[in-house]
Amino acid sequence: MNSGSVTIDALGRKCPIPIIMLAERINEVPLGAVITVLADDPAAYTDIPAWCRLKSHQFVGSLEIKPRGWAFNVRRSY
Amino acid sequence: MAYFDAASTEPPHPSARDALIEALGSAWADPARLYGMARRSRMLLDRARADVAAELGARPDEVFFTTSGTQAVQLGLLGVFRARRRAGRHVVVSRVEHSSVLHAARAAEAEGGEVTEVGVSRTGRVDPAEFAAALRPDTAVACLQSANHEVGTVQPVEEVAAACREAGVPLLVDAAQTIGRAPLPGGWSALAGSAHKWGGPAGVGVLAVRKGTRWRSPLPEDERGYGRVPGFENVAGAAAAAAALRARAAEMAAESARLSALVDRIRAEIPARVPDVEVQGDPVHRLPHLVTFSCLYVNGEALLTELDREGFQVSSGSSCTASTLQPSHVLEAMGVITHGNVRVSLPRGTPAEAVERFLDVVPGVVGRLRESMRGSGVSG
Repeated sequence: MNSGSVTIDALGRKCPIPIIMLAERINEVPLGAVITVLADDPAAYTDIPAWCRLKSHQFVGSLEIKPRGWAFNVRRSY
Repeated sequence: MAYFDAASTEPPHPSARDALIEALGSAWADPARLYGMARRSRMLLDRARADVAAELGARPDEVFFTTSGTQAVQLGLLGVFRARRRAGRHVVVSRVEHSSVLHAARAAEAEGGEVTEVGVSRTGRVDPAEFAAALRPDTAVACLQSANHEVGTVQPVEEVAAACREAGVPLLVDAAQTIGRAPLPGGWSALAGSAHKWGGPAGVGVLAVRKGTRWRSPLPEDERGYGRVPGFENVAGAAAAAAALRARAAEMAAESARLSALVDRIRAEIPARVPDVEVQGDPVHRLPHLVTFSCLYVNGEALLTELDREGFQVSSGSSCTASTLQPSHVLEAMGVITHGNVRVSLPRGTPAEAVERFLDVVPGVVGRLRESMRGSGVSG
């Protein structure tokens, strides 16, 4: 899985901060491009795909990263 | 002040208070003895048992008082599991069961059992076909809640019960959220409940085990509790639990319809008044008194604190409100937003004005909290 052109580092941040960061910065990537969120709060694992569904952006997928957490890729839809 | 956390515990029903005080004065003697005072304790206990059994759709000798709803679940699940060793050691539960069920299933696993967790839809509802497909020839026991304690979704218990019957698997139904609030489903082999959730006292649970369902106590033998639950019987608690349940049953149809209309109003008005909110759970197949919603970009703990300050006591499944810092396993299983989560569960007698006040207060509270979080994304 390739990373997006913009990467948000939300490691160590508790929900809802990673979601707020994503919402505030998704428009930094062009339409149809991918933004990446790095997060290790377990709530992010559920909340990022759920946010994409609610806000009609496309959740591309997640990848585990070391030492802990995930890289979440989200495609901007509008 | 408006107490909106009935799913955690329902305020004691006045009839429970009366029955408790009366029984503490008159029925404290040992119900296992043979003198007159003791016989009166026994009679009160037996009457409480018969009354509760009638409300559950059970025979009196199928019903046992436990020390909590949790203990009822533990004895129900592990007791059937133990008794069916020869059939196998496989256990089926839904992924959104109360933690007491999931922990009891883990305990079965520690005794050589194997657990299958059945997933749920976005609204938290089990698919009966998927549950049926999880049943195996070596399944010792299956467990499904009557309704979910966090989002209020009512489960298709009777369809699942039919599948269990066909497969020859006993079904334990955790009815804690439904007893006293809505008609109970049939078809169960065992059923567990908790008196403080229906307006009875804490410290009283109830376990019903159908005649013909094999059951063996996972605890050391004790002649108390009709031979099923160890320890000196809580006669006053049982009497109060029964009194509350009788009273709730008499009021149920009218009061549940009234509360359900208030919940419909919350379900419609919250998303109309607050942007970026997800109302959770099944809008139709739901408990009459419970609704859950998540507000994007809001910290759940801060939301509870602010609502408390405004005079509303509610609960939350958000991770920041849990000692483990894990979000609710129910919301996770549903794949819905877990942060900014609020569970509203209306106790008996909630005035419509209190709900209107809540609807007026929430938009401002959420707006203020969002304002305070703005920019937290970029400031790092």
